[in-house]
Amino acid sequence: MTSFFENQFFLIAATFILFFFAKLLQKKTQILLLNPILITIAILIIFLKCFDISYSTYSQSGKLIEFWLKPAVVALGVPLYLQLETIKKQFIPIFLSQFAGCTIGVISVVLIAKLMGADQEVILSLAPKSVTTPIAMEVTQSIGGIPSLTAAVVVCVGLLGAILGFKTMKLMKVHSPIAQGLAIGAAAHAVGTSTAMEISRKYGAYASLGLTLNGILTSILTPSILRLMNVL
Amino acid sequence: MIRQSAILFGCLALGELIVYLTGVKLPSSIIGMLLLTLLLRLGWVKLHWVQGMSDFLVENLGFFFIPPGVALMCYLDIIKAQFWPIVISTLISTIIVLVVTGWVHQLIRKIK
Repeated sequence: MTSFFENQFFLIAATFILFFFAKLLQKKTQILLLNPILITIAILIIFLKCFDISYSTYSQSGKLIEFWLKPAVVALGVPLYLQLETIKKQFIPIFLSQFAGCTIGVISVVLIAKLMGADQEVILSLAPKSVTTPIAMEVTQSIGGIPSLTAAVVVCVGLLGAILGFKTMKLMKVHSPIAQGLAIGAAAHAVGTSTAMEISRKYGAYASLGLTLNGILTSILTPSILRLMNVL
Repeated sequence: MIRQSAILFGCLALGELIVYLTGVKLPSSIIGMLLLTLLLRLGWVKLHWVQGMSDFLVENLGFFFIPPGVALMCYLDIIKAQFWPIVISTLISTIIVLVVTGWVHQLIRKIK
């Protein structure tokens, strides 16, 4: 039976089916913590561990799903286009808020991890944690961290933002929908954007703008910030 | 469907080409996204040419993160050994980014 569980189509089907029911579960219960992405990842990991199936076996199927991440990021160009006029009008506040978010994001995570005694390569892998997987992995690679650890942390950060994001912002008096969208995109990349997209297309467009700008800024600024902080 | 795929993958491939030619340290997908926005803006690509597929991809963006998330299982040792530094720094920093980005945007709009 275990060898059947390694079947490529079985693993793909399992991923879809688990996600389908996980979404249904969240819809029924309305509990934010029961994030369908998180639930599906957790169940898959437990399942693979129980039947002693390696990640490289799973990723044979997984990469067919992961493949769509890149075209999906390209597709974010559509909501971005639809908000282009508003964006042009607010270029300065948008740019400055992203710049602030990017810089403080890298500095804070590195500083706290260092103070708490994390290893050098873990610190480097955490530095680009706020931005979307492909960018974050590329940044980690270029500064000498562990790209796959970054990928995993990035997904967790996205989930964190998706689960806590809107609650935190309400608590901290970030009320304007534009600021909320920008912030969730900057802090929680595409996963945060997907929750924003569920609220409305307009939110989603600002989130995809936040994701893009923070992604670009992070890839340009991270090495310099780390050098200034003496970690690189 | 074919036209939609042609445009989306066309932008992505063009992004790959730009990365290949210039060696710029940006992912091809982000360049592809900016290209798609530009093409729509210039009117060279009509919105309804891409809308169906892009809606589908954007709505299900989260799903495509599941496999890289499952990769966590390869790093359970490192994560267990440095659990608290990883979790605390990530958690606090994510909240800081959310709040600072939001505040700065609201503040500057108020000043203007």
